[in-house]
Amino acid sequence: MGSEMSRSSSDDAYDVVVVGGGPAGLAAASESARLGLKTILLDENSRLGGILPQCIHPGFGLHCLGEDLTGPEFAHRLIEELRESDAEVRVGAHVTSIEMRSDLVKEVVFASPRGVETVRARTVIYAAGARERHRFEAGIAGDRVAGIYTAGEAQALMDLYGVMPGSRVVIVGSGDVGLIMARRFALEGAEVVAVVEMLPYPGGLARNLMILRDFDIPLYLSHRVAEVRGRGRVQRVRVVRVDERLRETGESFWIECDTLLISAGLIPRVKVLRRAGAIMDPATGGPVVNDRLETTLPGVFAAGNSLLINDLVDYAVEQGRTAARGAEEFVRGGGIRTRRWIRVRKGRNVRLAVPHMLGGDRDVWLYARVSKPVEDALVELPEIGLRRRVPVLKPSETLRLKISAVRGNELTLVVR
Amino acid sequence: MRRVYRLTCVICPLSCSVEVEIEGDRVKDVRGFSCPRGREWAVEEVLSPKRVVMTVIRVRGGKDPVISVKTDTPIPKDRMKELMSYLATLEVEAPVSIGQVLVDRPLGLETRVVATRSVERLGAF
Repeated sequence: MGSEMSRSSSDDAYDVVVVGGGPAGLAAASESARLGLKTILLDENSRLGGILPQCIHPGFGLHCLGEDLTGPEFAHRLIEELRESDAEVRVGAHVTSIEMRSDLVKEVVFASPRGVETVRARTVIYAAGARERHRFEAGIAGDRVAGIYTAGEAQALMDLYGVMPGSRVVIVGSGDVGLIMARRFALEGAEVVAVVEMLPYPGGLARNLMILRDFDIPLYLSHRVAEVRGRGRVQRVRVVRVDERLRETGESFWIECDTLLISAGLIPRVKVLRRAGAIMDPATGGPVVNDRLETTLPGVFAAGNSLLINDLVDYAVEQGRTAARGAEEFVRGGGIRTRRWIRVRKGRNVRLAVPHMLGGDRDVWLYARVSKPVEDALVELPEIGLRRRVPVLKPSETLRLKISAVRGNELTLVVR
Repeated sequence: MRRVYRLTCVICPLSCSVEVEIEGDRVKDVRGFSCPRGREWAVEEVLSPKRVVMTVIRVRGGKDPVISVKTDTPIPKDRMKELMSYLATLEVEAPVSIGQVLVDRPLGLETRVVATRSVERLGAF
């Protein structure tokens, strides 16, 4: 079964199979088609754009387009660019596995309304995005009742389907997604009674923190929602105060509400990559990659939120394009020819850094995050003499650095 | 009466702490900004704060039940609620295409309500 296509000659193989039609995948497919590679994009949804179509607020494209667009508008641009290219697109195509036939040939298996299908590929760009942490991962015990949503579920209900999920809302997490949903609920006339943040500082961008003031929404720092109670529907939640090591202090109170929104972060969707044998980085939750964004599986690249959780869509697009150029190098050269890799090491106050290995012969973007917030930070890469002052660095913000040619065996990123 | 407003600038990631000193309705002093855009933003934020409003509007006969819209310019913050209530009463006929102006000068505001995605007509090919 499913072997009909795999028996065909390798000439009908695609140079690039892109898995996922969000910002990273769309950019990757357009770029690889533009580079003259035979490209197909597979997306499991019926519409392209990933989460962009439901992000109806502005703030997209400020960096990469120099314009302030809403999510659907930004998606429209990327989709138009793809339509003008020679890339093929299949929607309703859910990728279930990537089989490594050899270093140069892969098979991508997907389920579609036509059944189980297989395409052959020289390279794969994996851009399947992320999933949201759910209530149990956020440590919220209690009744299993209606009215508990992840932020993205509520966003889809409201902004794709026009359904109001509730009227008195508690939001878990003060990251950008949580704050943006706080504004959407408040704008639509719901009462947002609390945003509850476990950490002692708020997570979101300054422009999103203004939302709390605009709509008089109380923010509880160093608190977490521990328990939900209700009969059939959420009726109240128990909020507990935590100390700086996030342990419960014993101090707690109840808030009456009918809706609990979980905005507790995203986790890269990498099951297919992991099963195919890619080595994962526990810090990012995504694969270990080199500077072409190639995983430890030859010719399998990763981009966007399945590589690492990005705070700006611009970076996902950038990673899609980088992966496409890597795929081109792989296809034309019969593999990535670099034989000696420079390891990127995480020094003081660095929680994650991507890519993990550099060839050292080209300019690359390094994406990193700090463990703890720092004001007037000094970012250093001692081996290449890079020193940069940054006014504020927060764990929720990506630090993006351009690295030019490097020699030696290691590169250490330090933030103090 | 003299008042000092403390703001975190949102123009760029520098996030400057800006202080705006107001006497009556006149700006006496602005401190802490590092660029002219930041100064301008802080003054406007204190004297007449404006926001872009985004919501969805019901669609009749469309492949999607609603269409996402935004005001193409920021509107006075204190009129957001009024505009939202007005937009909640609207329904548009599919097809609607991205960029289409659905309401010009709603409630007399100097702005336009623009579709931010397209909705095809149900049953269209």
